[in-house]
Amino acid sequence: MKKFNKVVSAVMASAMVVSMLAGCTDAASTDTPDAKTDTAQQTNNSSDSGATFKIGAIGPLTGGAAAYGNAVCNAAELAVDEINAAGGINGYQIEYNKEDDEHNAEKSVNAYNTLKDWGMQILVGPTTSTPSIAVSEYTKADNMFQLTPSGSAVDCVKYDNVFRVCFSDPNQGIASAQYIADKKLATKVGVIYDSSDVYSNGIYQKFAEEAKSKNLEIVSAEAFTQDNNTDFSVQLQKAKDAGADLVFLPIYYKDASLILTQANTMGYTPTFFGVDGMDGILTVDNFDTKLAEGVMLLTPFAADATDDLTVNFVKNYQDKYGEVPNQFAADAYDAVYILKQALEAKNVTPDMSISDICEAVKGAMVEIEAAGLTSSKMTWDASGEPNKEPKAVVIKEGAYVSAE
Amino acid sequence: MSFLTYLINGLSLGSIYAIIALGYTMVYGIAKMLNFAHGDFIMVGCYIIFSVSGAIGGGSTMGVILSVILSVVLCSLLGITTEFIAYRPLRGAASPLAVLITAIGVSYLLENVALLIFGADVKSFSSVITWQGLSFADGQLRIQGVTIVTIVVSLVILICLQLFINKTKQGQAMLAVAEDKGAATLMGINVNKTIMLTFAIGSALAAVAGALLCSAYPNLSPYVGAMPGIKAFVAAVLGGIGSIPGAMIGGLVLGIVEILSKTYISSQLSDAIVFGILVIVLIVKPTGILGKVIQEKV
Amino acid sequence: MRIDKKTKDNLITYGIVVAAFLLIQVLASTGHLSSHMKGLLVPMTYYAIIAVALNLCVGILGELSIGHCGFMCIGAFTSAFFSKLTEETLPGGLRFFLAFVIGIGFAALFGFLIGIPVLRLKGDYLAIVTLAFGEIIKNVLNAFYIGYDSKGFHFSMKSQMDLGLEPDGDTVINGAMGIMGTPHDAGFTVGIIVLLISLMVVLNLINSRDGRAIMAIRDNYIAAEASGINVTRYKMMAFTISAAIAGAAGVIYSHNITTLTASSQYFGYNASIMILVYVVLGGIGNIRGSVIAACILYLLPELLRGLNKYRMLIYSIVLIVMMIVNWSPKVIEWRKRTFGNLGIKKKI
Repeated sequence: MKKFNKVVSAVMASAMVVSMLAGCTDAASTDTPDAKTDTAQQTNNSSDSGATFKIGAIGPLTGGAAAYGNAVCNAAELAVDEINAAGGINGYQIEYNKEDDEHNAEKSVNAYNTLKDWGMQILVGPTTSTPSIAVSEYTKADNMFQLTPSGSAVDCVKYDNVFRVCFSDPNQGIASAQYIADKKLATKVGVIYDSSDVYSNGIYQKFAEEAKSKNLEIVSAEAFTQDNNTDFSVQLQKAKDAGADLVFLPIYYKDASLILTQANTMGYTPTFFGVDGMDGILTVDNFDTKLAEGVMLLTPFAADATDDLTVNFVKNYQDKYGEVPNQFAADAYDAVYILKQALEAKNVTPDMSISDICEAVKGAMVEIEAAGLTSSKMTWDASGEPNKEPKAVVIKEGAYVSAE
Repeated sequence: MSFLTYLINGLSLGSIYAIIALGYTMVYGIAKMLNFAHGDFIMVGCYIIFSVSGAIGGGSTMGVILSVILSVVLCSLLGITTEFIAYRPLRGAASPLAVLITAIGVSYLLENVALLIFGADVKSFSSVITWQGLSFADGQLRIQGVTIVTIVVSLVILICLQLFINKTKQGQAMLAVAEDKGAATLMGINVNKTIMLTFAIGSALAAVAGALLCSAYPNLSPYVGAMPGIKAFVAAVLGGIGSIPGAMIGGLVLGIVEILSKTYISSQLSDAIVFGILVIVLIVKPTGILGKVIQEKV
Repeated sequence: MRIDKKTKDNLITYGIVVAAFLLIQVLASTGHLSSHMKGLLVPMTYYAIIAVALNLCVGILGELSIGHCGFMCIGAFTSAFFSKLTEETLPGGLRFFLAFVIGIGFAALFGFLIGIPVLRLKGDYLAIVTLAFGEIIKNVLNAFYIGYDSKGFHFSMKSQMDLGLEPDGDTVINGAMGIMGTPHDAGFTVGIIVLLISLMVVLNLINSRDGRAIMAIRDNYIAAEASGINVTRYKMMAFTISAAIAGAAGVIYSHNITTLTASSQYFGYNASIMILVYVVLGGIGNIRGSVIAACILYLLPELLRGLNKYRMLIYSIVLIVMMIVNWSPKVIEWRKRTFGNLGIKKKI
């Protein structure tokens, strides 16, 4: 009897593993049509031709970085809906799907594979740098065109099939140092950066190099980590004690809003200078925008700009998602329109293979000149790096004003 | 002078850790479980205050008091419910790890519910303490209102808890349950009710800690409680887990060490230093600063 | 030939792994495997490996560790560092083998060094110190800069600029940006082989004289000591082997995902706790259970992708329910009453 039990348990165990694996493949394959009909209903209501472009987006939709991923995926969806309503690309509708990567390179590759099973032809994403680099290994192998809206690390675009919309990190660090030196905003600079974050480190490294050659003195460079981002009193106190008259914050608005609040309660009022990650600070729910008075930042996008494109985008985004879009959203929205322009330039049709589409779009990217939310004139070279001018803005009375 | 400023900042951070650690240590001492979801109760408490004061128009003193009271009450109820649904069925399980994993499940659950309701974007929390604080030596040395309130509140809670445990019947029952569940049952103590009460108090403390944490560091997101929760756990262990004065001391030590190591050693490596000190303390004193040494018998 | 019960039990475990491997190969070659599934195979193997490692520590040695991903991190970084340096000079196969040797070696070394203070402690104090070490490893690596140029290696704990590299220099570990572009050497077959070797090491250890000594320490420390068992030696042995296997998982990790950063979501306490979840749900001390639980629980959130934003919510509820169903004394009793003998057979 005991022996019989053993045999049964062995059989049961192996049966379970088999059924599980079979179940997985089943689930994966049944999942796909489901997702298809779902998105088809959302985005594909006026299509009568069978073929559609399939664009996928990846970003952290849960976890600590979810705010960025949601902004990217929502804005891309908005752009797709608008394009579909206006007749699609080259007369073809777009299907859109998004996947969560939890800001994790490994999960991002899983998300990419899921989208590939769904039939994705072009990838808009991933939202963050490390996942973006990891996924680019795979898009390169599949020769799929990848346009990352906000993957800003240098290595994100190391392959020829990857382009980006945002500035690269070194680019921002250099531009910030140049701007501060050229405008003589300060001679003694304090830096507070996130040493656990790729974005923040990348900017800080180049900023420090450039500052040296521009004779800016960095009097304090203090780090924090994502595990230790509640108390900034030390970093601020050190900048204050070192006599910094400008504090450079190459970080995201989440932490920046906390730094501004704490500086205020300390009674420390230097000029704060941020980069594009700082955009969004004015729309933090319940944030006292008086605290941000006089903050300067280099950003390609301002949600309260008055040009028609921005006004419409902000209005539609708010109507649909109930939030004011930030720079991430703007980059993603631009990304979809840039793709549209590139696809139209080469008359690409959805029945072409992924690799052919990639080659065509790659060719188009270096030729087109795009106008969008983040710049009125963007061009690319074959490296995948955008050429656009960062705009310096200063916050006055709760709104961005051009700093020129 | 700047050393004093750093020290005060450390005290402020430390007393917040201390309040969270008090909740941790109570639950551990009596229910013998590491409640990893404790940090997320802080988050729930913050969101309750945020929503209530937003709904009734924040700023007014009445509104603030009402929202804090409501947050404390709702958090206690949540604590009791969680204990009843998720932890109680696992009491007496073959391994104490079972309930630890469930607590992690509860932590994920609370974070994801908050993510769905409030969204991922960070919200700025209006401080429940509007007092500006004190200023000494021509503004060279400033002590913020929230710092003073936090330190006072943590001391009041410490004294109340000590009195409650040592002077009341319920408190004595808790001690008995902590000592030996079986014997406590034989003496006519309702173990389930006692543990429930512990969770109610622990969660209420989390709500208070949340109000103070978000007043001092006004950023609110679904993950706001996770790291302070872990730090407070470290503080509780540092002080000797299960010991109430130990949690207080552990919290203060941790806060001060964190701030001073950031100041004088390296802001990049401050986490490593804090954890390093924990390791050293535990090697020298394996049951924490005030922990009891229990002799093992065969 | 008579095979004793334990050997048979172990053979079943190997058999399951081999059968799963063959099944996957068949499915893949007949085109029944989606890209999504194919991508999940390698992570499944390294999570299974680290679950086996942690089960050795938690289930067999009986010490709760919530910092095991720290050892995985050590294995990942040292091996990726080596592979990155020798990418051009060594042939692929040899390089990957040496990467394993180095990754496992360093993880074992750290396991040994960390084990000395850690194993003096008991219970939850031990757990919190493993967590502390895991966080220390992560935090230090985030501030770790190393590069090389024509003058040799440069090292800094402050910033990349402090390396003072020549223009031709190359930064290998760049602080929080970690190591980028490690060669993509690991595959499913390698993962399965390493998993089988880890299983052999652990199962043979359990069934050896040493293993019985380790379990005796777990069951009663004082009695074991009184019986003349060298407690420290056996504790260190189990802990070091466990760390070494975790290091092997790290090697596969860093050669599968080519961007390696020491951030919380990969090697923090949360990740370590996730591995602990695999071990507890698979059955503490049940090595085969750990492998199966790691696979199922890694797959679960991936299969829930269709649920979109509700996916992690459902996952957390499933986790709580599974724990209660599997561990609650009342539920177990009820299961036995209702299903009788079946309940025992179902348990793997």
